[in-house]
Amino acid sequence: MRFMLLFSRQGKLRLQKWYTATAERDKKKMVRELMQTVLARKPKMCSFLEWRDLKIVYKRYASLYFCCAIEEQDNELITLEVIHRFVELLDKYFGSVCELDIIFNFEKAYFILDEFLMGGEIQDTSKKSVLKAIEQADLLQEVTWTPGKNCYV
Amino acid sequence: MNKMPAVSKGDGMRGLAVFISDIRNCKSKEAEIKRINKELANIRSKFKGDKALDGYSKKKYVCKLLFIFLLGHDIDFGHMEAVNLLSSNKYTEKQIGYLFISVLVNSNSDLIRLINNAIKNDLASRNPTFMNLALHCIANVGSREMAEAFASEIPRILVAGDTMDCVKQSAALCLLRLNRTSPDLVPMGEWTARVVHLLNDQHLGVVTSATSLITTLAQKSPDNFKTSISLAIARLSRIVTSTSIDLQDYTYYFVAAPWLSVKLLRLLQCYPPPEDTALRSRLTECLETILNKAQEPPKSKKVQHSNAKNAVLFEAISLIIHHDSEPTLLVRACNQLGQFLQHRETNLRYLALESMCTLASSEFSHEAVKTHIDTVINALKTERDVSVRQRAVDLLYAMCDRSNAKQIVVEMLSYLETADYSIREEIVLKVAILAEKYAVDYTWYVDTILNLIRIAGDYVSEEVWYRVIQIVINRDDVQGYAAKTVFEALQAPACHENLVKVGGYILGEFGNLIAGDSRSSPLVQFNLLHSKFHLCSVPTQALLLSAYIKFINLFPEVKATIQEVLRSDSQLRNADVELQQRAVEYLRLSCIASTDILATVFEEMPPFPERESSILAKLKRKKGPGNLPDIDARRNVNGNTEHSEKPEPANKSSFALLADLLPTNRPRPASASPIMLSTATLGSTPPITALLNLNSPPSTGASLLVDVFPESSCLTAPEVSEENFFRFVCKNNGVIYENQLLQIGLKSEYRQNLGRIYVFYGNKTSTQFLSFTSSVTSPDSLKTQLIVHAKTVDPIIEGGAQVQQILNIECVSDFTDAPVLNVQFRYGGTLQNIAVKLPVMLNKFFQPTEMTSQDFFQRWKQLGAPQQEVQKIFKAKHPMDTDVTKAKILGFGVTLLERVDPNPENFVGAGVIHSKNSQVGCLLRLEPNTQAQMYRLTLRTSRDSVSQRLCELLSEQF
Repeated sequence: MRFMLLFSRQGKLRLQKWYTATAERDKKKMVRELMQTVLARKPKMCSFLEWRDLKIVYKRYASLYFCCAIEEQDNELITLEVIHRFVELLDKYFGSVCELDIIFNFEKAYFILDEFLMGGEIQDTSKKSVLKAIEQADLLQEVTWTPGKNCYV
Repeated sequence: MNKMPAVSKGDGMRGLAVFISDIRNCKSKEAEIKRINKELANIRSKFKGDKALDGYSKKKYVCKLLFIFLLGHDIDFGHMEAVNLLSSNKYTEKQIGYLFISVLVNSNSDLIRLINNAIKNDLASRNPTFMNLALHCIANVGSREMAEAFASEIPRILVAGDTMDCVKQSAALCLLRLNRTSPDLVPMGEWTARVVHLLNDQHLGVVTSATSLITTLAQKSPDNFKTSISLAIARLSRIVTSTSIDLQDYTYYFVAAPWLSVKLLRLLQCYPPPEDTALRSRLTECLETILNKAQEPPKSKKVQHSNAKNAVLFEAISLIIHHDSEPTLLVRACNQLGQFLQHRETNLRYLALESMCTLASSEFSHEAVKTHIDTVINALKTERDVSVRQRAVDLLYAMCDRSNAKQIVVEMLSYLETADYSIREEIVLKVAILAEKYAVDYTWYVDTILNLIRIAGDYVSEEVWYRVIQIVINRDDVQGYAAKTVFEALQAPACHENLVKVGGYILGEFGNLIAGDSRSSPLVQFNLLHSKFHLCSVPTQALLLSAYIKFINLFPEVKATIQEVLRSDSQLRNADVELQQRAVEYLRLSCIASTDILATVFEEMPPFPERESSILAKLKRKKGPGNLPDIDARRNVNGNTEHSEKPEPANKSSFALLADLLPTNRPRPASASPIMLSTATLGSTPPITALLNLNSPPSTGASLLVDVFPESSCLTAPEVSEENFFRFVCKNNGVIYENQLLQIGLKSEYRQNLGRIYVFYGNKTSTQFLSFTSSVTSPDSLKTQLIVHAKTVDPIIEGGAQVQQILNIECVSDFTDAPVLNVQFRYGGTLQNIAVKLPVMLNKFFQPTEMTSQDFFQRWKQLGAPQQEVQKIFKAKHPMDTDVTKAKILGFGVTLLERVDPNPENFVGAGVIHSKNSQVGCLLRLEPNTQAQMYRLTLRTSRDSVSQRLCELLSEQF
């Protein structure tokens, strides 16, 4: 996978993850172009399209579009399920996730994605393993390392 | 006001939430920017403040910066604070630090060292959570510096016995990423064998990660990972025969380990079918089981279930196609895809069309694919999604052969009438290729192309209409028909300009074939063409003028009429210089030249030599080689899999005209005056040009005649390319020459008076270069000063391949000129001749010299004779950047002497030029004047010619 984007129906980028080195300028250009293309598509259309030299796999969940760019030889259907598994993970972690959760806890969304995908490849497909890793991390800070409530300025 | 969600798990950062909420409440972009600037100022003052920030605050501010950056604003500070967080012993602080670095890393070398240090500590911490953070960071950044620092450490972590499973997973994928970005830095070694054995690991997460890694590595060096084949098959077999409960958490909507299955099938696609029969039959069993499962009733109605199941199925089909060796499996795969063609899920129809495209190129399944033609045509007509229709066009193209070509071309043409604008050009190209390729009689071909122009004239590219002309010229049996057909098509009151081009060209060449009929007499033909003239663009008008002069040759009876037209003010005083020139020259030619000369000059075009179809080349460029089903290879297949790996078709079809006459992927000669060109082609230049005194300077306007002429082999010496010469003064490696066919790269090294250049010739086309030779010549004066010895090169360069040539160089004495590299080869029947000035300059033989300030000035004074010093003042051509200037001076070959010049802005260097006969010491001083954007360069050496040459070379660089 080359990159993954999450954006809203209004065209606001909520999360971006790049798995190959890309210049900031190119990123912005690609994001703009791709959002336009995907947002222009009608609901019943297929979830795949050719874009530049890549294949785009996208799916809409409520107000958010999840959009992956994969290579020519990559499997489209399994990528759709990568997206779905990621949504499930977010859902499980936030408890019925909504766009606001991802806006206000963007860093958590990144952490969850990192646990799930690394270098553009799936790291663990077991929901349990991934969530365990995240929860352990949360625990780590709550139990062992919490600096105390007075930190909430 | 927006609701602010209750802080969820973990620690919330209230300040951050408030800030995000503020941003969301901003009514305008300006308000948002204002709020952000306020926040940036606040954070900056906190970071700069006297009071040391605690970890929490640091984390919060770094997180805010990250948020601002992700909103799309630039962030130019905070990196140091983020790096500080890395060494925090609080997990969340460390985590935010790593996140910031991953997203916002910049190549600031000091920071990289600090970051690498923190990573090193975390990797050594034996705390799996910390180790994973570090590994994620390496994978996310993936830079060369990181690869250099960790590429040898990570394999160790990956295969160590006591590494925890979750760390192994991260290590595997981290290594994968580094291998993708810097494969040269990831050392193969003893660990590779142990990585393969991770396929046997009990933990399926480890197996999944390891499979990804092995696939990436095996793609680059398949031999090192051959043992993975049997392990992968065994693993796959266990998965596909398992019941869904066996794999527990790795079962996804009742499908056993779909991700791992896909990855294993993908890994197997790095290899040919296994030779071992037992292994082979085990794999076949697996594939059959997967195909069987597709027929079973679904275990769940959820789309996730069918997606996961079909993901495995499609990957299995890809493997079957890749192996291309089991006819039964191929036909079964085809039938399965046939079912999907009518599935209610758009996604499946899309994928089935796509996958069938590759099946169509296997000789075993080509016929089976063809049986679905009606469904595919129907898809073209009824699919509502353009990307699906696009796949249907691709498949029709791939399944086309002589038996169904007429039907497919008709369907594509009728689709073209309503097709989306975005895919019209591609359809036009495809129709043009198919019509040509499967034409049994060429009248059908001509009709098809004219239809194309009628339906989608705007999308008919030059290649297509050039091509129809080339074919008509090469086939005398179709010329009369073509003339008649274009004549009729031109009767339409509104016809496309492309038709006027084709019409003008064909009537100009073959109008005589229909001139016997009074309805298409010469005058009628001329009037018809000329009635379109004023509606056309300049290039087309230019072409029409050429057609007119050909008419004068063909039909003396219309000479007066045409001369009248050429003589009119609108032509002779045309504002466009190209048109004016043509009118003047043609008029002159028609008045002065005898009929014999005219007949010679405007003799019918000779047949074009055969070449690869430029339309095909264009389509490939459009689609990328991998995406174009290889319709030629099919007929050459002998049951092996070669064709699917070959990016380019072999083009060995029996059709004589398949090969193109005018590849566009070759350099075009600069356009010349049309007459000079036509005479040159006939090899009789001097008499006519001398006679007419027409050797005016070549015009720059596009000359259509030139475009349609074959580029005859030019045997005269080519112009020496010096374009990149000066770029190599301060560097030794790079591309020295490139055109559409060939790339020449250089790698050079020098020691004292000796040098060696590795010249790399890259064939950018898909066709062989034949009779390739390359030699180095020097002007006479240079021959005694510089000796260049070129090793021979292989006379054939395969399409897409690169060959290397070694040049050994010896500097005998100081020199000014440069040797020339002469390259000759045959491409598609034409001799190509290229000459490039080789960047061997005097400064290449520099040895840098260190010296103290005192020594420097002492020698400077010794070299004070007027002829020993050369000075030049020049304007800066590039931004005056100190670091760049330093790098260039060092690249020039001298030592950069610090603290010698009293003015720190100035640069001072010293070196010795080594030649066989002598050593010449050399001092230089460069004084930038940033205000005036000027430099003053002074060189002092003991020999004036050396000072002179070095000054010339270096002054070009700034």
